Amino acid sequence: MELALAPETLARWQFGITTVYHFLFVPLTISLAALTAGLQTAWVRTEKEKYLRATKFWGKLFLINIAMGVVTGIVQEFQFGMNWSDYSRFVGDIFGAPLAFEALIAFFFESTFIGLWIFGWDKLPKKIHLACIWMVSIGTILSAYFILAANSWMQHPVGYKIDKARGRAELTDFWLVLTQNTTLTQVFHTLTAAFLTGGAFMVGIAAFHLARKKHVREMKTSLRLGLVTVVIAGLLTAVSGDTLGKVMFKQQPMKMAAAEALWDGQDGAPFSVFAYGDVSKGHNTVELSVPGVLSFLANDDFNSYVPGINDTNKAEQAKYGPGDYRPIIPVTFWAFRWMIGFGMASFAIGIAGLWLTRKKFMLPQHLRVGEDEVPHLVLFKNKALSPKLTPWFWRIAIWTLGFPLIANSWGWIFTEMGRQPWVVYGVLQTRHAVSPGVSQAEVLTSMIVFTALYAVLAVIEVKLLVKYIKAGPPELTEADLNPPTKIGGDSRDADKPMAFSY
Amino acid sequence: MELHDVWFVLIAVLWIGYFFLEGFDFGVGILTKLLARDRPERRVLINTIGPVWDGNEVWLLTAGGATFAAFPEWYATLFSGFYLPLLVILLCLIVRGVAFEYRAKRPEEHWQRNWETAIFWTSLIPAFLWGVAFANIVRGVKIDQHFEYVGTVGDLLNPYALLGGLVTLTLFTFHGAVFTALKTVGDIRARARKLALRVGLVTAVVALVFLLWTQIDHGDGKSLVAMVVAVAALVAALAANQTGREGWSFALSGVTIVAAVAMLFLSLFPDVMPSSLNADWSLTVTNASSSPYTLKIMTWCAVIATPIVLLYQSWTYWVFSKRIGTQHIAPEAGH
Repeated sequence: MELALAPETLARWQFGITTVYHFLFVPLTISLAALTAGLQTAWVRTEKEKYLRATKFWGKLFLINIAMGVVTGIVQEFQFGMNWSDYSRFVGDIFGAPLAFEALIAFFFESTFIGLWIFGWDKLPKKIHLACIWMVSIGTILSAYFILAANSWMQHPVGYKIDKARGRAELTDFWLVLTQNTTLTQVFHTLTAAFLTGGAFMVGIAAFHLARKKHVREMKTSLRLGLVTVVIAGLLTAVSGDTLGKVMFKQQPMKMAAAEALWDGQDGAPFSVFAYGDVSKGHNTVELSVPGVLSFLANDDFNSYVPGINDTNKAEQAKYGPGDYRPIIPVTFWAFRWMIGFGMASFAIGIAGLWLTRKKFMLPQHLRVGEDEVPHLVLFKNKALSPKLTPWFWRIAIWTLGFPLIANSWGWIFTEMGRQPWVVYGVLQTRHAVSPGVSQAEVLTSMIVFTALYAVLAVIEVKLLVKYIKAGPPELTEADLNPPTKIGGDSRDADKPMAFSY
Repeated sequence: MELHDVWFVLIAVLWIGYFFLEGFDFGVGILTKLLARDRPERRVLINTIGPVWDGNEVWLLTAGGATFAAFPEWYATLFSGFYLPLLVILLCLIVRGVAFEYRAKRPEEHWQRNWETAIFWTSLIPAFLWGVAFANIVRGVKIDQHFEYVGTVGDLLNPYALLGGLVTLTLFTFHGAVFTALKTVGDIRARARKLALRVGLVTAVVALVFLLWTQIDHGDGKSLVAMVVAVAALVAALAANQTGREGWSFALSGVTIVAAVAMLFLSLFPDVMPSSLNADWSLTVTNASSSPYTLKIMTWCAVIATPIVLLYQSWTYWVFSKRIGTQHIAPEAGH
């Protein structure tokens, strides 16, 4: 059978396509739930209308997005059984539990309270309605935690034993699976990256309106909230990424050596900025690197020893038997760089934006603006950005919107492909994980229909987002400003239309 | 009763919960073509389930996740074996969820009409296919000594399974009609009751044949009791519908679903997926289950979380307990 169309290859492509696609929506859902909840809290506390309008605006974009996240998540729950039945048989005893916990604890929470929030504007008192969006936010974070605990077990299996008679791995310590450092650092890194994504999304869209001097009051608030989120989350993403990197240097040396295209182990290993190499010969032909930095990333010591691809491959051959234990080096190398590059680019833009739009008490009198005016972009103490450069700032701010999405995707591609040929590191190889009973035609069919459907839905979703982004925050109605005082809604007028209906 | 038996019951409970709840969701989706005369009526129907359909669907995800955790072999054989039907169900659920959320977000006629067509078909097809899938599980499929499904898609489309599909399709439509009668006001409510009668009679005929067939081929004393309850509840639901007791009618159509699905699981036990090739190759509660340690953790989780889930989901139904009619639907909703 052609290798390119082997069921294993197809199943991997399908998993990659459906998972990367699903993960475009996940970080936005996690962060927009919390950010929308924050804006609604500001409305409930201050009763300033701009906060309610901003809540409705971002809430609408959040809902358009979460709809896609929810439906593409259904596939995730079942494709292990469909395409990876041998994997499911082998790890179900361990891997299934966090998935079941996720459904039972997180999904129910999220899905039930999202319904209450969407339809609850005229059915629930203000504070209970607010509590619903916070519940959704908690649900999204719990969901991330459980699924990352499951993934961390694939990266670094702990708390299990192999039952030879039944030919499977069995759980011995669930607490360890939930609390091992791989899980904790992955959760930390993924959540901070999620907030970087949501912050950048807010920055981009607020910049779009501010550049056109529209909806200034709400968009100024949103820009600030977005920028602060980007800067805090960006910093924490870098910190957590560094921690996760150090964990990975210990747990999966091959992944990190491949991330660097470091062929042979050395003391004071350099961080490679650019490299072009020959995988079959096992060395780089062109390389631009900064000495000592890789050793520092791995061990907090510029002179320490870092093992390379060739030595790790030999070590794994000695441990697991003959074979090639190298992932696809160009993919891991570039994925790692694009992840860091795009993520940190949005962080840098966030810092620049926060400085340029700083609060008025830090500005001289002539550069301060009123509440309904677009802020001056103040570069130095007394100098605003020139009229030529100002549109460029807004343009770059709009582009930022996409950067973390790209970084997230490459981050997952890196961490999953960098673990190859293993599906469970050191325990089960990917080629032993596919469904033996599923034919090439079946996998090909499902891959084609999922890809086609996802592509169509992407077009529909983006068009809808653009429509609602352009429309801006809605005008408030009488009903919006007078929420019900009791649960179920006030029954003054039995025939009053619902505040929201499908 | 050992833990794997407990989990057999819990998996049954999750599927029962799923079919009870998404059963009327599917039914309402089918009624958008069968009952609604115009767009405002279609929107009334869609909005009866608007706040709850997503929470209802999580019962499926939980059933899937719990099967993975408690019976990995069952999960693996079922979803790799029933590959193409499951693929169709997944595609339907994807489009259906998006359709609910996006339909009202643009005013264009073709946009709204297309999503409405999508809601109808993506409700109807899974309503049918779930019956086909479960009938096949009870009937037994070609499973080899490695627990791999070795049959074809054609094998799954046998008369018994197709009849099973017809039962879930009609039963869910009936369930959706009595739900609509309970949740709406005005003309649509009266027509929902009339339609419920007609669909209910058809359901009674196909369900009786299917359940008798199941009882004769796979049943025992316990499944017979469940069958009698299912049939009696269906007849009582029809009677309640005729006398205008809409709450009772809905509760009783719910009992029909509970008892009918329970009957299928009772006919299965202690198998979870019998092999039609060799009884020794059947997946059972013992050879398909997880280790006692995993089952113990899962049991704790289920015992603590399930009552809480039921509590807040019930609360949601209470919050949205008011009946709705065309007058409650704002003409330009979603803009």
